[in-house]
Amino acid sequence: MKMARTVIPFGPQHPVLPEPIHLKLELEDEKVVGVTPVIGYIHRGIEKAAELNSFRQNVSLMDRICGICSFIHALTYCQGIEALMGVEVPPRARFLRVFWSELSRTHSHLLWLGLFADAMGFESLFMQCWRAREIILDISEMTAGHRIIQSTCTIGGVKRDIDKEMSNEVNRRLLAFKGMMDKTISPVFLHDPTIKRRIAGKGVLPKEQAELLGAVGPVARGSGVSIDIRQTGYAAYKEVGFEPVVETAGDGYARTLVRIREVYQCLELMPEALSMMPDGEILVRVDGYPEGETVSRCEQPRGEVIYYLRGNGTNNLERLKIRTPTFANIPALLVTLPGCELADVPVLTLLIDPCISCTER
Amino acid sequence: MEMPWMFPTIWINLFTRPATRRYPFKDIREPFAEYKGRIYFDSNKCDLCGDCARICPSRAIEVSLTNRQITYDPFKCIYCSNCVQACLPRAISQDKHYAKPAAAKEAETISVPV
Repeated sequence: MKMARTVIPFGPQHPVLPEPIHLKLELEDEKVVGVTPVIGYIHRGIEKAAELNSFRQNVSLMDRICGICSFIHALTYCQGIEALMGVEVPPRARFLRVFWSELSRTHSHLLWLGLFADAMGFESLFMQCWRAREIILDISEMTAGHRIIQSTCTIGGVKRDIDKEMSNEVNRRLLAFKGMMDKTISPVFLHDPTIKRRIAGKGVLPKEQAELLGAVGPVARGSGVSIDIRQTGYAAYKEVGFEPVVETAGDGYARTLVRIREVYQCLELMPEALSMMPDGEILVRVDGYPEGETVSRCEQPRGEVIYYLRGNGTNNLERLKIRTPTFANIPALLVTLPGCELADVPVLTLLIDPCISCTER
Repeated sequence: MEMPWMFPTIWINLFTRPATRRYPFKDIREPFAEYKGRIYFDSNKCDLCGDCARICPSRAIEVSLTNRQITYDPFKCIYCSNCVQACLPRAISQDKHYAKPAAAKEAETISVPV
């Protein structure tokens, strides 16, 4: 007998969603058989605004595309403009860029781990994750001047320096953070049976499909695709040394493990970047206007972000196009949802770490 | 049973102070020295060049040469400190305190003496 199909709207307002995305779920009884995503609830016209602002003012605008990957958005934009104008960034600034990139990756992953625990109803773990994240936000405030939007990247380098004394203090706080990760957060995610039962074997994305759908970031790496733009060695990743974190299971648990292991990787990369940082200038003077076109790529906490920039030799850019990682991961989400239970939809949606502000700009 | 390793944490949490602060009954912690807080203009140092207005991403600063006035809107300001770094005569400074909320969103007008 053919079962009747029901369409259930999931979102745009839903307790587990920090940002509005709408999924039209087609259900047969409790089983999802089809999904149609609807986006466009939080479009702010940032690409158009970027054409109206001067290319220097745009750095602050790019910072504000998304709160949780703000530094890396600005970094991708600045790298694009620097490529157009032929600017060589001082070595010290490149290492500082790595430090702040990894700091934003850490706080983004911790935010996600907390939200994910909250989506599963694990309130105490959610609070522990966000409590540990406070240490990272304090480091951000101490080094960059703001807790979330660091706003330190600029065309030609970085705006702020980190001296020896501050670097020691950062290392001390990172050790305290690592202690909290070791003691409270990672054992729960790694060993707790309720978490394993909730996500292990759910939302499986095979490697071939991840490659075919163009999945990026932890979603692709959780399926065994070793893709990470940091491998191209932008900023100072070449000098710092870097191996992407890859898990092969392809299920929700593998994606969570990738993010936890990446937090530990960030904790290695940050002190390394600070210790290897050479002395010297942090900012070079940039004269003139951008002309020509370029593509700039960076690795955000959610995956690869691509900026296309076209300048015409004036103070304003002719075109700025941004491809964000969540946009690339939505097809992967649509593949993982059919076949699951309705109760699993919130958790599986969160597993791609959706950042809708980025996606819609 | 896989949970006994949590018991020491539970036991410690019974006797430690809360992670949150009871604001406003207790003061929040002092911001870090490098915090990008309120913006101040020193009218005696300003030469009305307008660099701050040109660099400001949120257009919170307007400089009028004819009236010799600077209009600064703290409610448009995003505290990026671009103006502080762009100001050559060092007429703009920033302290480490948060900008306070207000009932009315009023811009500040600073007159620059001749």
